[in-house]
Amino acid sequence: MRKDYNLEKRKFIIGGFIIVICFIYFIKLFELQICETKYKDNADSNAFFRKTIYPSRGLMYDRNGELIVYNQPAYDVIMIPREVTDFDTLDFCHTIQITKEQFDKRLTDLKNKKINPSYSSYTPQTFISHLSAQDYGRIQEKLYRFPGFFIQKRVIRQYNHITGANLLGNIREVNAKDIEKDDYYRPGDYTGDLGIEKSYEQILRGSKGEEILIRDAHGRIKGKYDNGKLDVAPVSGKDLTLSIDVELQKYGELLMQNKIGAIVAIEPATGEILAMVSSPTYDPTQLIGRVRGKNYKELVNNKYKPLFDRSLMGAYPPGSTFKPSQGLIFLEEGIVNLSTAFPCYHGYVSGRLKVGCHSHGSPINLKPALQTSCNAYFCWGLKNMIDSRSRYGSPDKAFEIWKNHLVSMGYGYKLGVDLPSESRGFIPNSAFYNKIYGKGHWSANTIISIAIGQGEILATPLQIANLAATIANRGYFITPHIVKKISNDTLPRKFSEKRIPTIKRQHYVDVVEGMRMAVIGGTCRFAAIPNIEVCGKTGTAQNPHGRDHSAFIGFAPMNNPKIAICVYVENAGFGATFGVPIGSLMMEKYLTREISPGRKYIEDRMLNSNTIIYSGVKKH
Amino acid sequence: MILVVAGAISIYAASYDYDQANIFDFSEFSGKQFMWIGISLVVGFSMLLLDKRVYETYAYLIYAIVILILILTIFIAPDIKGSRSWIVLGPISIQPAEFAKSATALALAKVFSGYNFTLNKNYTNYLKVSLVILLPIILILMQKETGSALVYFSLVLVLYREGMSGLILFASICAIIYFIVAIKFTEDIILGIAAGEFWVYIMVITVLIGMLFIYCRAIILGRNVTFGFIGAGLIAIILNLFGLEIPGRIFFFSIIGLSIIYILIFMFRENIKKIIISLTFAVASIMFLFSVNYVFGNILENHQQIRIKVALGIEQDLRGAGYNVNQSKIAIGSGGFLGKGFLNGTQTKLKYVPEQHTDFIFCTIGEEEGFIGSTIVLALFLFLIIRLINIAERQHTAYGRVYAYCVVSYLIFHISINIGMVIGLCPVIGIPLPFFSYGGSALLGFTILLFILLRIDASRRERGNY
Repeated sequence: MRKDYNLEKRKFIIGGFIIVICFIYFIKLFELQICETKYKDNADSNAFFRKTIYPSRGLMYDRNGELIVYNQPAYDVIMIPREVTDFDTLDFCHTIQITKEQFDKRLTDLKNKKINPSYSSYTPQTFISHLSAQDYGRIQEKLYRFPGFFIQKRVIRQYNHITGANLLGNIREVNAKDIEKDDYYRPGDYTGDLGIEKSYEQILRGSKGEEILIRDAHGRIKGKYDNGKLDVAPVSGKDLTLSIDVELQKYGELLMQNKIGAIVAIEPATGEILAMVSSPTYDPTQLIGRVRGKNYKELVNNKYKPLFDRSLMGAYPPGSTFKPSQGLIFLEEGIVNLSTAFPCYHGYVSGRLKVGCHSHGSPINLKPALQTSCNAYFCWGLKNMIDSRSRYGSPDKAFEIWKNHLVSMGYGYKLGVDLPSESRGFIPNSAFYNKIYGKGHWSANTIISIAIGQGEILATPLQIANLAATIANRGYFITPHIVKKISNDTLPRKFSEKRIPTIKRQHYVDVVEGMRMAVIGGTCRFAAIPNIEVCGKTGTAQNPHGRDHSAFIGFAPMNNPKIAICVYVENAGFGATFGVPIGSLMMEKYLTREISPGRKYIEDRMLNSNTIIYSGVKKH
Repeated sequence: MILVVAGAISIYAASYDYDQANIFDFSEFSGKQFMWIGISLVVGFSMLLLDKRVYETYAYLIYAIVILILILTIFIAPDIKGSRSWIVLGPISIQPAEFAKSATALALAKVFSGYNFTLNKNYTNYLKVSLVILLPIILILMQKETGSALVYFSLVLVLYREGMSGLILFASICAIIYFIVAIKFTEDIILGIAAGEFWVYIMVITVLIGMLFIYCRAIILGRNVTFGFIGAGLIAIILNLFGLEIPGRIFFFSIIGLSIIYILIFMFRENIKKIIISLTFAVASIMFLFSVNYVFGNILENHQQIRIKVALGIEQDLRGAGYNVNQSKIAIGSGGFLGKGFLNGTQTKLKYVPEQHTDFIFCTIGEEEGFIGSTIVLALFLFLIIRLINIAERQHTAYGRVYAYCVVSYLIFHISINIGMVIGLCPVIGIPLPFFSYGGSALLGFTILLFILLRIDASRRERGNY
């Protein structure tokens, strides 16, 4: 047959045609598979449903193994807006017992970017949190009728002992800031708020697990991806053993009822905090679950500020509880020795300046001065130190040395307790006074009130208690801490290292004797506990705004001390009237587990007294 | 020859694998497909055993039988997803349209192999050929299997090879482009008419000028007409700048009309026939333009309109008509360079892509074997087609050549449309990917198609030895 070569050429056109098509497809495949990355994410979000499994949060026990904080399951109704299709709204509302209006409101709130900035129709949104077990049971059965809704099991807190609300803290939903700071968090997660829950968040929270489930085109779960090989099991948070003695803590809160103030009790040898009371306090269960928001707001607006942890956030003038530290400095600096005596004629008189004092023998040396809480003695001591140009050259330099001693005792800076929001108190330095009075224009008399813990000096009850612990230890302290043990983990080293102030041990021994004398025959006679050698020092902090604050520091037994304490009661008057009895009751309770019959009347008086009424009352 | 078999077998192997991959939890599907592969191989080899002359001699008979079956199908087939194309025989169902392809190819080849038959000799030859092709198209359309019916239009390629004027091919390509442009750009308005219409006018003018120059070689005429158009265009632009807007349709009608009159007056110096064709082309183009909207809006069914719109990117409709294509793009796109690995495709395994074991099977390859895999498959098909073209050209008889080109045309159409729709370049037309898609009839149909070709090719030597 004749071949038409002209026509045969057309095979190239046909061949070329298909080559061009294949080439175009090749380019398109290249674009789809190599250049574009969004398809990969699309496919993953299509197919994988990542279900978060929340770990159980670490429990908290007291120092005797008594369970304080534990977990309870809670059930949140979660929705993925994109996947919600038409459903019987009324049935839904009825099942979880809300009204149609609440339902609509919740839905609009969810979608409101102002209220809920992390809203996305693709991500799970918490529709209702903390369902009751009954509601959970009901909705679980019907869940298949509400596409796009599912139940997320959560862990919330429950309290075995209603105590230590500020100390323990609580948990709340993370906010935008938390998420920004720590990418562990996703919207809807919980985080610790206040107290131990906050400072030990990383240890308590454990780590979230994730189950990767495969979901088909109809949204049905087809099982685990790759047999669960890529699933991450949740890791439970670590349990904490607190150094708190829950009985003592509760007893302290009881004694402080109707009073404003704080108690801090420390085991001197270890720095472990035995009790840390801030009053007024509140019931930590108020901040669990759905009622949290409302109650929290009320607590914030409460005029007595129960959320303010006075034991470590409150900075108070330490008053006479400051005097032992002064004695220690004067002895260390050689300003005084045990027999150095200063005159006191109802006070310190220097030129036109007079600091009042009460009746006692004169002249007086250190131990009796501590015993009687003589203001004049410590003023003279400070004057001899600051104004001693022969020794220090200038008041500036003398003052710096004075300040450094105090800083070494834990004043003026945060002690480093394992709780959030610790205040650093305030110890001025010479630059501070130079600024106020001008360099060279101030001397001891200008600032004399700091000798008796007044004036610019501010300290937290924790710092004051730490002084008591240091004296009890005769010259060292361990950074106070609230957590005694972390399960399967170790405490930071700083909670077992001794911190030694710049004062020799011998001087502490002398101060201890003075404080013992105060209990035997001085200002702290109410502190005496039968068969236990108690040491103490009262404090009556003058308060320019109202009634004086009543303070006490002490420790017991004198030899081998088990407990050191600071009590600070706002507007309660003399240290001896409230500080001393409360402090001694606390020590007795801790050491003997009961109050001796002869002292029951003190306990009754404390329980029944009310000093909160003096709060905000102008000085009379 | 061996290469073709090897290619075919490798694709068979691949097809077996992918079907497994797709329907891993539907042992039923892969089992059935296995059975079909077996049947196909047996039938295929028995085809090879038959004498070549059987196909040649009984071509019309086979064609007639298949046509009869097609007619029968319209009446006895149950309604499956709106189409009546399946004959159910107990547990298996057969789609006769798939076998009609081979039969039509045989019949077409037979027509061409008639003594001294050439396409261009007279119009009855065209009529005969068209009849052979159009008969199954009409019957399959009556079964509401538009996709399968469209496949037969690919036989235009065969006619082209056998001498049909290239103008018709050119015209079809122009028609497709005009269609797309006219449909796609309906939003913007230029000179008071839709942008699509505007650009079609411009293209018609360009094509007319091009034809005058290249096809008619009427240089002077072409030059004058070009100047005329450019002048008219400049005037229009200037008027427009002065805020005087000429209605676009009247403008184009008048300038094209004037140019046609001008050409008609001066055409006697040139090749009259070619100029007439060129002018007819231009006029037909304009008429086509006006029919486009009517056809699109009134003749095409709603779902077809939407599919075209989706392919042209006019509509997105990710939940409805665009869902398939979007999910299939996601599947392919998520495969990346190396793919997710055999059986690891999430998109396809979890049935996000509907019809993924039949028409959308290319997704599975794209997702699980990645860019490498899909390119290899594409290359294999290309290789197969080029190989088939070579085989076609080495046939000594018109019969063999025409048959081979039929096979080539079918394959080109199937592959380009199928892969094109999966990657979102063509509208969704329900036709399978040869050798890959699940479905016994299609597989058997293609096997028969290919093995008859092999048989014909094998006997090429015998003939040569005489």
